[in-house]
Amino acid sequence: MLMTPSATAGRRTGEDLVRLTGAGVFRDGRWLVRGVDLAVRRGEIVTLIGPNGSGKSTTAKTALGIVAPSEGRAERCPGLVVGYVPQKLSIDWTLPLSVERFLSLTGRISSRETDRVLEATGIAHLRQAEMRNLSGGEFQRALLSRAMARKPDLLVLDEPVQGVDFSGEVALYDLIRRIRDDIGCGILLISHDLHVVMAATDHVVCLNGHVCCQGAPTAVASSEAYRQLFGARADATLAVYEHHHDHTHLADGRVLHADGSITTHCHPDDGHHHHDHDHPDHGHDHHGHDHAAGGDASPATGGRHA
Amino acid sequence: MLDDFFTRALVAGVGVALVAGPLGCFVVWRRLAYFGDTLSHAALLGVALAFLMQVNITLSVFTVSVLVSLALLLLQRRASLSSDSLLGLLAHSSLALGLVALAFMSWVRIDLMGFLFGDILAVSRFDILAVYVGGAAVLAVLVMIWTPLFAATISRELAEAEGLRPDRANLIFMILLATVIAISMKIVGVLLITAMLIIPAATARRLSSGPEQMAVIAALVGAVAVVGGLFASLEWDTPSGPSIVVAALVLFLASLSPFAEKLPKLFGAGARRARPGSSSQ
Repeated sequence: MLMTPSATAGRRTGEDLVRLTGAGVFRDGRWLVRGVDLAVRRGEIVTLIGPNGSGKSTTAKTALGIVAPSEGRAERCPGLVVGYVPQKLSIDWTLPLSVERFLSLTGRISSRETDRVLEATGIAHLRQAEMRNLSGGEFQRALLSRAMARKPDLLVLDEPVQGVDFSGEVALYDLIRRIRDDIGCGILLISHDLHVVMAATDHVVCLNGHVCCQGAPTAVASSEAYRQLFGARADATLAVYEHHHDHTHLADGRVLHADGSITTHCHPDDGHHHHDHDHPDHGHDHHGHDHAAGGDASPATGGRHA
Repeated sequence: MLDDFFTRALVAGVGVALVAGPLGCFVVWRRLAYFGDTLSHAALLGVALAFLMQVNITLSVFTVSVLVSLALLLLQRRASLSSDSLLGLLAHSSLALGLVALAFMSWVRIDLMGFLFGDILAVSRFDILAVYVGGAAVLAVLVMIWTPLFAATISRELAEAEGLRPDRANLIFMILLATVIAISMKIVGVLLITAMLIIPAATARRLSSGPEQMAVIAALVGAVAVVGGLFASLEWDTPSGPSIVVAALVLFLASLSPFAEKLPKLFGAGARRARPGSSSQ
């Protein structure tokens, strides 16, 4: 059997498909994001969460090689097949483009494969429809179908369920998990919804201009601090993400707190660090991919802005 | 049969249309109409330089067009002006430079109108050769870069992420555009080349349900416009370029009729969902 380079890309489970090391992006006089350490392995779903402007999309684009890091490194496995669902995609009205044709945008897709992915995303009846006539939710399903039809090693989904209705959202996240199980690809997911983070993720990275904290969602969910933060909804599948950031990182690296004070570091008890109260050496350790049983949500804050 | 000047013009014109159609689709999709205008204005500077340095006009126009494309890429990175201002700057300064340079060369007696509006009398056997060899090369390269260029037209970032090297495809596309302008200048004239790129593509839009289909239909529409326009030009003694463009305009207006709307189904495009007012993008 002919082995293409892509067929061997990160074939062994656990091998890093893409890795950012101390990556930062500087544009127009400010750091969009800085000090990101992140890796996506085959068979793993990594979710980026964070407020608007926290650098989620920039981080994903750096991982994909669309944006070159100003500092640090972005490494990808050679021969990596990527499926990308961008946050925004506009199709000019002068361009006649059916869903079927859109699926083979970056490479030929067989008719059987087209049937299969459209069936999976629930838009089989829209095969001949024009892309610009789709509703927001249908459009997102078409984008996801295309990325998944490529049988990628790495799937990067930038807010893949925007504009999708409530029940459809749950179904699509189920689908994303199934894609991972079927193809065995690594998935880098950008999301606002906490329930996804809890239900379909192996590793959560919280961004706010830098990595605030990261860890296994089960560890976060079972922690007392997490229950304090999310209350009774912590147990519900569809908890709404209410991740309050009570401090802002200034351009010079200092931290502006909600009460108006300015310090050089985040305080251990600042907003999203609640779940770390019982953690002894706060700040400088950075567990990265520690998602063995009992793995915790480790803070990566302390030394970042010193 | 190529002894007859009119036959030569027909053969060359149809050749130009077959190449301009597919390329024009990308010009329309990417909203590059003004860029095409800029390149064709710069063509007159190429004409002036050809006379000044005693070189082949087609070659000189091609070189100037490529240089203007590269200048635009550089200025977009450096200057703090919007793209349309930069294009206006390049278009009109190169046109003015060309006109001034021609005026200085008092020993050169050229028919400026011929260059501005096309001159079917001027089409030589060598021009036909240039159109078909150059045109075939352009179409061959376009087919080769079709997938990355088309993906980059929809989203540069998506094409980049999935490893299609969109910047390279974009650069090649600019060179193809410069080639088409160089080989079509004599037929339609400097001022109207953009029309040959845009009007057949715009006409094809209403008649097609897929990008590849649109490219083929644009080529055919352009060919029909060339034949119709040249015959009209012969009949009423009008300049060839404007006549061809008027013929293309007539075809475009015909494509707006309710009957034309039904054509895609006749081409076997399958069911198109008509859902007015529910555009997602």
